[in-house]
Amino acid sequence: MISLTSPVKTRAHRWPAGVKLGLLCAATVILFMQQNIAFQVAAFAGTAAIYCLPGTAFARAGARAVWRLWPFVVLVAVWHLIVGAGEQGAIIVLRMLTAVALANLVTMTTSLSQMIAAVMWLAAPLAKIGLNTRALALGIALVVRFTPALADKGTALTQAWAARSPRRASWRIIVPFAVLAIDDAEYVAEALRARGGTNP
Amino acid sequence: MERNLTLIALFAALIAALGLIPQLTLAFGVPITAQSLGVMLCGTVLGAKRGALAVLLFVLLVAIGLPLLAGGRGGLGVFVSPTAGFLIGFPFAAFITGLIVENWRNGPLALVAGAASVVGGILVLYAFGISGLAWALQKPLAEAALLVTAFIPGDLIKAVLAGVITAALARARPDSVLSRA
Repeated sequence: MISLTSPVKTRAHRWPAGVKLGLLCAATVILFMQQNIAFQVAAFAGTAAIYCLPGTAFARAGARAVWRLWPFVVLVAVWHLIVGAGEQGAIIVLRMLTAVALANLVTMTTSLSQMIAAVMWLAAPLAKIGLNTRALALGIALVVRFTPALADKGTALTQAWAARSPRRASWRIIVPFAVLAIDDAEYVAEALRARGGTNP
Repeated sequence: MERNLTLIALFAALIAALGLIPQLTLAFGVPITAQSLGVMLCGTVLGAKRGALAVLLFVLLVAIGLPLLAGGRGGLGVFVSPTAGFLIGFPFAAFITGLIVENWRNGPLALVAGAASVVGGILVLYAFGISGLAWALQKPLAEAALLVTAFIPGDLIKAVLAGVITAALARARPDSVLSRA
């Protein structure tokens, strides 16, 4: 499965994931503490400038993710113009866009394997209170592997339905779909047990 | 242990797959996806604890950058967007749904699972979702609630479907419906 990491290699791709996540947390907290319009404008412009540094392809991919927020931007803008609190509305909109763009920046510059390593590092202290980190790592791998496999099965079921009926495949597909998922889970559990299981 | 793990992982993948297959998108006038139906099913089929773990695993994979949400969305950005409350509420919704199915044993499973989905998948989930919207857009809760009322009829239909599907799964694979095992 393809993660949302940008194929455009930037300098930030080489930074440790933990540092980027820490910086993101700090930046987001500061962003939400500031009620100053000048600060929010500067933060938004600064974030946009960072997106432009690696080139237009990177900036366009980033803009696409932020573009999804347009219904909320319109909503807040219309609302605040009606009640006559334009500055407050601008602060809310800018902060929302900057926060999403910054978080997305970390996703775009961190590979899936680096992210999983960061998750395992964060989960390590939880191992002391009984979290099976090996099971967690295995669970992540299983979902990554099985999502496309299940999607294929769903497509096959939909096509089989279309071959038999003039009507659209509906929710009725979900029962055989879930049965397939359950059967897969049972087979894989057996295979895992045969190979030593989660506690070797 | 292995069986629990694979069922949890497969149901996490099921939520993702329900968002990936465009043909499975249920259209009732409002653009909705089958993804929250997957969250309800995690609770009704796997029970409170395992259902919540399956949904948590799904949310974790979205956070580390996999485009598993409907429409290919994912990454850390969705956790600070106005709809983040729904995503954060997903595991709690599955937990409450599962808890009700586990404890309400006298009654037809379709009815119990459907009612549990209404409480967990709608009441609990919308409580989180509306709080998130109100916080992100800095609006009172009542006004944030108004924004999402259009989605409630679709979710009610999904809760009914969750009940019907759970009952069908209990007939097809009784041992795997862990909420009643």
